[in-house]
Amino acid sequence: MTSNLIAATPAATGEGPQEMRSRSELTAKEVLREVGSVLRMSEKAAAELTSSPVENDEEQTMIINMGPQHPSTHGVLRLMLELQGEKVLRCKPIIGYLHTGMEKQGEELTYMQGGTNVTRMDYASPLNNELVFSLAVEKLLGIDGDIPERATWMRMLLSELNRMSSHLLFMATNGMDMGAVSMMIYGWREREEVLRFFQKVTGLRMNHNFIRPGGLAADLPAGWRDDVLAILEGLPSRLAEYDVLMTNQPIWRERLQGVGVITAEEAVALGTSGPILRSTGVAWDLRRDLPYLKYDEVDFDVIVGSYGDAFDRYAIRLNEIRESMKIVYQILEKMPSGDYRIQDKKVTPPPRARIDESMEALIHHFKIFTEGFKVPEGEVYVGIESPRGEIGCYIVSDGSSKPYRLHMRAPSFVNIQALPHMMRDGLIADAVAVISSVDPVLGEVDR
Amino acid sequence: MSDAVVDSPAPAEQMYGCDVTYSRGEKVIHVSRANYIATLKKAIDDSFTMCTDLTAVDFLTYASTNRQLPSSVVGERFEMVLNLISLERRERLRLRIQIPEGEASLPTAFDLYPGTEAMEREVFDMFGIEFDGHPDPSRILMPEDWDGHPLRKDFSVGRIPVQFKGAPS
Repeated sequence: MTSNLIAATPAATGEGPQEMRSRSELTAKEVLREVGSVLRMSEKAAAELTSSPVENDEEQTMIINMGPQHPSTHGVLRLMLELQGEKVLRCKPIIGYLHTGMEKQGEELTYMQGGTNVTRMDYASPLNNELVFSLAVEKLLGIDGDIPERATWMRMLLSELNRMSSHLLFMATNGMDMGAVSMMIYGWREREEVLRFFQKVTGLRMNHNFIRPGGLAADLPAGWRDDVLAILEGLPSRLAEYDVLMTNQPIWRERLQGVGVITAEEAVALGTSGPILRSTGVAWDLRRDLPYLKYDEVDFDVIVGSYGDAFDRYAIRLNEIRESMKIVYQILEKMPSGDYRIQDKKVTPPPRARIDESMEALIHHFKIFTEGFKVPEGEVYVGIESPRGEIGCYIVSDGSSKPYRLHMRAPSFVNIQALPHMMRDGLIADAVAVISSVDPVLGEVDR
Repeated sequence: MSDAVVDSPAPAEQMYGCDVTYSRGEKVIHVSRANYIATLKKAIDDSFTMCTDLTAVDFLTYASTNRQLPSSVVGERFEMVLNLISLERRERLRLRIQIPEGEASLPTAFDLYPGTEAMEREVFDMFGIEFDGHPDPSRILMPEDWDGHPLRKDFSVGRIPVQFKGAPS
């Protein structure tokens, strides 16, 4: 067995190949940098890493591909792993297999149409994508202070329910990846109840385009309160079942505890956010620390871990479902009556009934849906807490009805950089646990 | 929509020796290429320990001169945008760096913020801005044999011609 089973392909464009290079081609300094300056590895230790041990069979290393077609890579994530026996020495995530140029596409769509584009990025939490896009556009328009109260609380309701559905999906996939296959069915089942509510409200299970600049597409349907209460009342017993099936189970704990450990210093340096950052003990939640919407008016706890391992990340997400339920109860109490969108003729299409009686309303309707509305020049960045961490939207407007530049700061894209650090010196069997605990959505990694 | 939206031209406020402007209430500092790394070091010492976002904008077709730049900064074709967070003070800070078309390169921020590794690769991939000293200067989203940089404004979106029924050919 040679040490480089996969020969590094020469770059056609001279820009460097994407694949991980074999150890014999690297100098000590390159390995040091590849492992990352956060690890504070000494040059001497890095030099030892490069001395490729070829004379002893047991110490030989090989590079293998995991993915892009692999059931536990959550889509099309490809990892190149350098293995020594069962031990993972190095790892490199290779992405781009789902790249569809959504940021470029965003420059071709009006602000009115932009929601349909961004909602498809993180397809497990579409409403949060729409929310951050809408908040950014509203800030550019200067109407962010005029959004009706009810619209703000409705957005919070949908955002929190989406957090629950996304974390329930994580419960399912995490269980499946760990071999608790029945958990997969339970997680999908609970998530489906939330999605059924979304379908009733927005008309679609996913990719809603419901939260729009200026407010929402429609008001909540009759009976929405009972539907939400049914979800909230049904979930606690199910979550208690999860505790029996997973949290308190020795096999589950042994599979996750101490696996994929990352320190707070590394997590901050790597720019990770969401449950990965919180698992290291850093209590950073944008809902509390840089509040948006009305999160400063609701009471909830920021769940943090202490070991930074895969179990902490699992437990944080499980408990964040409970915290979201707490928030949703408060939203139900505080939901005001009023308008669900801003009545600003420049941004909001007129009500359907007005179109029949007013020529001006018809013209407005037509103009908004064909040309879109113009947004004043400027640039703005808005970041909110999505289930996976900080999702940010950076828009540059040149005063036309389409963004000059639309950039989404995708939490998964940044978070998967932590994979090599979590996997280093771990077992290949734990690699699946580590990928799963990062909970990447490849739709937003590749955009 | 009203006058309040228009951002006031920056007074002579300075931060880390750079001009400060406010864009919709968000603090932006304009950093020159020469001071880029030095400014990042000052920011880290000033508790901005996390770099959340690094991206770029291609201003090739932006006709207006109103790019909200302070008078001391000359607008170039490319602009790098960094968003930093201070976990301690719960603050955000945005950096804008002008990069001329002729020498589209910048020193890497990897040694200060290792989390910029993938983001710098994305900016290289999409805009062709090179990062000196980056540990892995390869494309990240596009295939490695791809020609051109898709998010540049002179890179056109592919189109499929639509033939309408009955239209004169």
